[in-house]
Amino acid sequence: MSAAILSWSTLIAALMLAAAIGCAAVRLLRGPRAQDRVLALDTLYLLAATLLLVFGIRTGSTHYFEATLLITLLGFVSTAALSRFLMRGEVIE
Amino acid sequence: MTRWLPHPLVAASLLGLWLLLVESLSPGSILLGAALAVAGSRALAALTPPTARLRRFSTVPGLLLDVAVEVVRSNNAVARIILGAAGTRIRQSGFAFIPLDMHSPYGLAALACILTATPGTVVVDYDAAGNVMLLHVLDLVDEETWVRIVKDKWEQRLMDIFE
Amino acid sequence: MTHAADLPLWIALPVALLLLLGAALALTGAIGLLRLGSFYERVHAPTLASTLGIGCVLLASMLFFSVLGSRLVLHEVLIAAFVVLTTPVTLMLLTRAALHRDRREGSEEVPPATASHVERK
Repeated sequence: MSAAILSWSTLIAALMLAAAIGCAAVRLLRGPRAQDRVLALDTLYLLAATLLLVFGIRTGSTHYFEATLLITLLGFVSTAALSRFLMRGEVIE
Repeated sequence: MTRWLPHPLVAASLLGLWLLLVESLSPGSILLGAALAVAGSRALAALTPPTARLRRFSTVPGLLLDVAVEVVRSNNAVARIILGAAGTRIRQSGFAFIPLDMHSPYGLAALACILTATPGTVVVDYDAAGNVMLLHVLDLVDEETWVRIVKDKWEQRLMDIFE
Repeated sequence: MTHAADLPLWIALPVALLLLLGAALALTGAIGLLRLGSFYERVHAPTLASTLGIGCVLLASMLFFSVLGSRLVLHEVLIAAFVVLTTPVTLMLLTRAALHRDRREGSEEVPPATASHVERK
């Protein structure tokens, strides 16, 4: 019984997160401005981390933690770097 | 103490993070974590951050609990706005200038993080000369309400802790 | 899902509910990212996923692995701490960069740097 509950709930949660990633990807492609794309990318990182946690529960494996941790850290660093670039780079000065 | 271990609180949290990361309490990991914590806090001291004094530490748990309650409440509110169930009233987002009385850099950082982490409000800019914070609010009823919310709910208590 | 077969029902239900709630909130945030009109409105959307969205999933994961391994699993606290500390910082950096760009272009959407409030002081 609990196996069935968990199997279905992880499947539905993964599907919802996949749809969320789709939404973020559409925003990433559509823009319209660079900051919108960076925001979508940041959301994408976050959603990927959440999806990995769901996979971890589904497979009962703790190995997804490290990947999740790495993705959250990479997301932070890359968004911070891209924000700095938006502020300083790409200017006609 | 201050020369050997300049930031005891930072060192303690570094040690805590390390122990969580390796998920063990064996003497080896504690020893390695302690060495890393000392090295980390001394590296931080080399950067000479502005000094922080934590007064009234006892109010911190209550504040964190209030932040959690506020996060849950505004999650619900923002989800309703996005899904278009916020009633017939026309919602308007906008900017609000919040004049602040707090000057402690750590207090301001904590305030900015609390406001940004709560769905529905994002700190956009901070003007150090006038000590004014620019806030973007998703559901802006009027600016005065938000000035009062920020000042009464968070700033006063953060000032008690950091100043 | 053979590993979850011996999990008691009273723990499987809250785990499932937390998972679904977290995923639904993350999806709502992503829909907001798509639906809201301007950049400054869209910035609010991912905070749903970064607070309660990932928070619920982390809580579910903690519950699940703690009961499964019959020991307290605190690994998720680390991820929660990173997410809680880093997301506001990145969002602030990003909105600040956007404001900077909009002001440089003389956009009407954002308030000027010297607002009447500042001059009044």
